[in-house]
Amino acid sequence: MDLHEHQGKELFAQAGIPVAEGRVAFTADEARAAAEDLGGRVVVKAQVLTGGRGKAGGVKVVDGPGPAQQAADTILGLDIKGHITRRLLVERAVAIADEYYFSITFDRAAKMPLLMLTTMGGMDVEAVAEEHPDRLARLHVDPALGYRGFHGQRLMSMANVPVGERKALAPLLAALYGVFADRDAMLVEVNPLVRLEDDTFLAADAKVTIDDNALYRQPDVEAMRDLAAADPQEQAAREADLAYVKLDGDVGILGNGAGLVMSTVDVIAQVGGRPANFCDVGGGASAEKIATALGIVLSDDKVQSVLFNIFGGITRGDEVAKGLLGALEQTAVRAPIVVRLDGTNAAEGRALLAEAARPEITVEETMLAAAETAVRLAGEVA
Amino acid sequence: MAVIATADTRLVVQGITGREGAFHALRNRAYGTQVVAGVTPGKAGEDVEGIPVFDAVADAVDRAGANTSLVVVPPRFAAEAILEAADAGVEQIVCITEGIPAHDMLEVYHYVRPRGIRLLGPNCPGALSPGIANIGIVPAEVFSPGPVGLVSRSGTLTYQIGGELAAAGLGNSTIIGIGGDPVVGTSFIDVLDLFEADPETEFIVMVGEIGGTDEEKAAEVIAERITKPVVAYIAGFEAPPGKTMGHAGAIISGSSGTAAGKQAALEAKGVPVGTNPTEAARLVVERLGR
Repeated sequence: MDLHEHQGKELFAQAGIPVAEGRVAFTADEARAAAEDLGGRVVVKAQVLTGGRGKAGGVKVVDGPGPAQQAADTILGLDIKGHITRRLLVERAVAIADEYYFSITFDRAAKMPLLMLTTMGGMDVEAVAEEHPDRLARLHVDPALGYRGFHGQRLMSMANVPVGERKALAPLLAALYGVFADRDAMLVEVNPLVRLEDDTFLAADAKVTIDDNALYRQPDVEAMRDLAAADPQEQAAREADLAYVKLDGDVGILGNGAGLVMSTVDVIAQVGGRPANFCDVGGGASAEKIATALGIVLSDDKVQSVLFNIFGGITRGDEVAKGLLGALEQTAVRAPIVVRLDGTNAAEGRALLAEAARPEITVEETMLAAAETAVRLAGEVA
Repeated sequence: MAVIATADTRLVVQGITGREGAFHALRNRAYGTQVVAGVTPGKAGEDVEGIPVFDAVADAVDRAGANTSLVVVPPRFAAEAILEAADAGVEQIVCITEGIPAHDMLEVYHYVRPRGIRLLGPNCPGALSPGIANIGIVPAEVFSPGPVGLVSRSGTLTYQIGGELAAAGLGNSTIIGIGGDPVVGTSFIDVLDLFEADPETEFIVMVGEIGGTDEEKAAEVIAERITKPVVAYIAGFEAPPGKTMGHAGAIISGSSGTAAGKQAALEAKGVPVGTNPTEAARLVVERLGR
């Protein structure tokens, strides 16, 4: 789960990490009130779950409540890489002397947290890694050891942080690691981590991703979920405990197993179609589960045909066929469904579907044939 | 001989009194696997259709001679279940559970690995050696004995490709699911080395997906030390960046972990990559010439 900047900063503040004083605003009036409250110069920042908002005009530094209201008016509703801006963070502007970068990522290859620090902050870290690899300090933390003071000392030394600044920076690095470890984060990134003119440090941005599998023990983070920013289908799928990802084509896709569904999405594209979504119904084949999944896939107006791709394992093909037929009793579907059933008891399942002779169902034996038919049917409707 | 699931496997099922645990323990036993014990704390002295239940894995090792554990325990308790099995001295642990927090798995990985204990998974279907033994949830009826070693991050995709190979008359030495989580105990490289050393395996099929760099690292190792022919398949070419595609580990982060990147890395080392499961199976059939 990705957090908004202001949510990440809330976790930072709880861990004693300095952040600028700020208020969240959902309207221009609220932004004006926030600026009045904070006084003086403020920064109005779009809160969207994507990068590149600065370039897109989503960050403005202004003086006073009136200009803050105007800035908010411009930024609210702004489309930043497909994300509509619906909330703002209004923060007291700070006097920046220097911009650094610090992150803790979950290094899957090394199976250890990876610390990265550079004094070249404020820019894209992949560009720093590319153009100035010597300036990007990287250090792993052995999970059995956890973060120790020496990790910070070594990292600051590798990054050539001026010696006089290290005493002030070290506690921030430690506290940010604390957020990473205690909050089950997959990513904690601060860009820029700023040195102020009074030689103290402050987290001027916050990019935090929390492990979905750990949300059960981070209830306050789960409560931060921005339902308005979520795609309606993805939200409905989450509530039904289904894995769903919205794509932007017209062939809806359902199947059992993440790998098989990913593969089905690829095959739809390979035969010239445009996949509308990824939806893994998982194991089991209850009519209710299939009906729920079908309902979510079809609630996307773009979907013109549906491919239901099942490879029966422990879940048998005849059970899946019964589940699908039961689902069609429960919900009317508005688009043709192509069913491909293979694996355990697939023949029995296909026989059941043939017997029911539902006009909305076309049965195919192979994944490729099913994909071709689904793409053709989507084209006929469109 | 096969690997991981062998005639010497003496299995203890952690979570055996649960619905899933009992179901799969009995299925594995019906297939011919020696299922010697189960563990559910507080249920010692009971049995599941003749399989004795103990309170602790160490008891199953001491009294029933278990050497391999199958973990079918809910995600909140699974990391501790793996640590318990490792501490009890089993040689291999297969963890089916999906949804274990990644930070817990870091701790587990660094405890298990230096002790030389094999951990397969989590979030994996297990290992099946057709005709010999089945540990986990792979549907054995799809597979028959043969020369192809199959290793995959995904369950149903393994069945799909195994099914296509079976349709072409090709069976398997062992089918291994390494799991779809960001941190898994056994990597593609580990399994490639196992298959390389296994006399029953003549040919290797590797089924990868987006996320991480395990496939890229496997490509290096294949070029370096795997003499048996390898064919690969990668899923997720159409996956958008930053979205988790069902498996917690199937996510493109920045420019890292794309299917195209993995395909290029494998092809650069001479490993043919099928663009869909059917083509991958066809590449195997062509190369085996049967």
